[in-house]
Amino acid sequence: MLKINKLHKSYKMGDSSLHVLKGINLHVEKGEMVAIMGSSGSGKSTLLNIIGILDELDSGEYTLDGIEIKDLTEKKAAQYRNKFLGFVFQSFNLINFKNALENVALPLYYQGLKRKERQEKAMFHLEKVGLADWSTHLPNELSGGQKQRVAIARALAAEPKLLLADEPTGALDSATSQDIMQFLQQLNDEGKTILIVTHEEDISLMCKRIVRLKDGVIMEDKKIKQNRLI
Amino acid sequence: MIDLGLFREIFQSLNKNKLRTLLSGFTVAFAIMLFTILFGIANGFQNTFNNEFAGDANNSIFIYSGRTSKAVEGYQTGRRIQFDNPLYSEIKQEFSDDIEFITGRVYKNVTASFGNEKSNYSVRAVNPDHQFIEKSEIKDGRFINPLDIKNNTKNIVIGNLVVEDLFGEIDPIGKYLDLNKIKFKIVGVFVERTEGSDSNEARVIYMPISTAQKIYGNNDYIDQINLTYNPSLSEEEAIAFGNKIVDKIKEVFFVADNDQSAVRARNRARENQEITQFNGVLAILVLIIGMGTLVAGVVGISNIMIFIVKERTKEIGIRKALGAPPSSIKLIIVLESVFVTAISGYVGLLLGGAVLNSFDLEDYWITDPGVSTSLVIGATFTLILAGLIAAYVPANRAASIKPIVALRDE
Repeated sequence: MLKINKLHKSYKMGDSSLHVLKGINLHVEKGEMVAIMGSSGSGKSTLLNIIGILDELDSGEYTLDGIEIKDLTEKKAAQYRNKFLGFVFQSFNLINFKNALENVALPLYYQGLKRKERQEKAMFHLEKVGLADWSTHLPNELSGGQKQRVAIARALAAEPKLLLADEPTGALDSATSQDIMQFLQQLNDEGKTILIVTHEEDISLMCKRIVRLKDGVIMEDKKIKQNRLI
Repeated sequence: MIDLGLFREIFQSLNKNKLRTLLSGFTVAFAIMLFTILFGIANGFQNTFNNEFAGDANNSIFIYSGRTSKAVEGYQTGRRIQFDNPLYSEIKQEFSDDIEFITGRVYKNVTASFGNEKSNYSVRAVNPDHQFIEKSEIKDGRFINPLDIKNNTKNIVIGNLVVEDLFGEIDPIGKYLDLNKIKFKIVGVFVERTEGSDSNEARVIYMPISTAQKIYGNNDYIDQINLTYNPSLSEEEAIAFGNKIVDKIKEVFFVADNDQSAVRARNRARENQEITQFNGVLAILVLIIGMGTLVAGVVGISNIMIFIVKERTKEIGIRKALGAPPSSIKLIIVLESVFVTAISGYVGLLLGGAVLNSFDLEDYWITDPGVSTSLVIGATFTLILAGLIAAYVPANRAASIKPIVALRDE
């Protein structure tokens, strides 16, 4: 599903350059649920951004579903993101002037689907996250947990191969966090490959594999016994 | 790529940000309103000029005589210059190539009476050509014709207000009108072609010039010579032609070249030239001011669009993360800009038109300052172009936003 070899990434900070990722090797198979752990500054978000084709690597190899991600045009990158990837963010990142249904339908719009088809599909995914009754509500009328569910529905709408979650529970209380994680586990059970960036130990324990990053290198990569919530 | 969904997107974005939309539209609306008003006023000036001289053919030259103001070749100053038939014939012959129509005029004030009605009018005794120089329109009957001139007939043509004054509902054609105790037969009624022009023009009585010369003085005097020049002459040529006639008359009467009062000419070519120049300057001024305000409007829209792009950085980042290609981001910004510019431009156009229509500006030399169809069409293209220009920088800026940077933006 995902192969990363000898990945390097550095950022220019004025005159000096900050070496964020120093030779990452990571292979993820289909159906895995991986937690990427690390303190802030460890490079975990940068890694997720590169995997999410939101950022470009400096050197190394990155293959996603058999396709090498390299020197993409903006247009091509957008296409791949739309086709392969679903994003869930810490701050939800819903578009605040669109209601829940419209938010979920947005990636389908960029797939070029007809309006009716978009709405049907979006409604299906909203039902899946249990928010069918909230479809016409604007994000600011929803609770944090509900917003994140809408965001997950949106990430799923385009039926991506890989779900990327950047601190998905970072802005939620523990009960709601459990709720969201339970749902992600359910998705994983259905066969979805999920990558979660987190710095919370208990969240990582709910995944099947933990990759620990420190100072731009992988310190530890182990499979664990998943802490099941279902 | 342009489909209904895109427009729904734009409407949604505009609708959710009403104040922002309103503010960005305001500058353009105001610019276009100013432009419309200025344009209308300039148009109004032009209309006023055109109306002012509409009573006469626009290629007319009127030649008047007066008293000499310079002594020359033994002649005293204050000598009265009197045009006469031989002079008229000489001019008519010598300049026949450049003359379209020509007439002499003899003036006389008369008391006219018909039945019990009685009033004072001015008589203009003229040649048949006069009809075309003064742009008189025959309503009933005919104008003075060459036979009238030849036979010194006592036929007259009267203005429609004379009919109103003296005849009321009676058809005046064929009736006899008493002018200073002499009976004249009415053969025609004319109306002044221009509305609202001096009503005295419609209270004139025309008679054959030969008849007037015979009855009122038994001489061959002419008070004034009116002519129209060949329309194919340019304004410069027409002015030169007018001067040539004046010089010729001065020569005949031994008038000093620099004597301004003995022989004078009012040449429409000169007035036309002045009006053309004035209108040209006015048009350029309006264009400069209009373009200036429009540019200010475009800069305003562009500015606000840049701000909008900045404000929507996060949203744009989200869209890109969800798979929006740069072109679709660009298109949203461009269409939004064109849409706001065009709509607010039209609002400005309507407001400007309303302002022009709601004031009666005739007192200020502004007549019918309307907004023409061609202006509206021109404005449409200009506004769309303006919207595109305004969107250029912001759209490119939006398209070049990296999703990662955009998502980090709080």
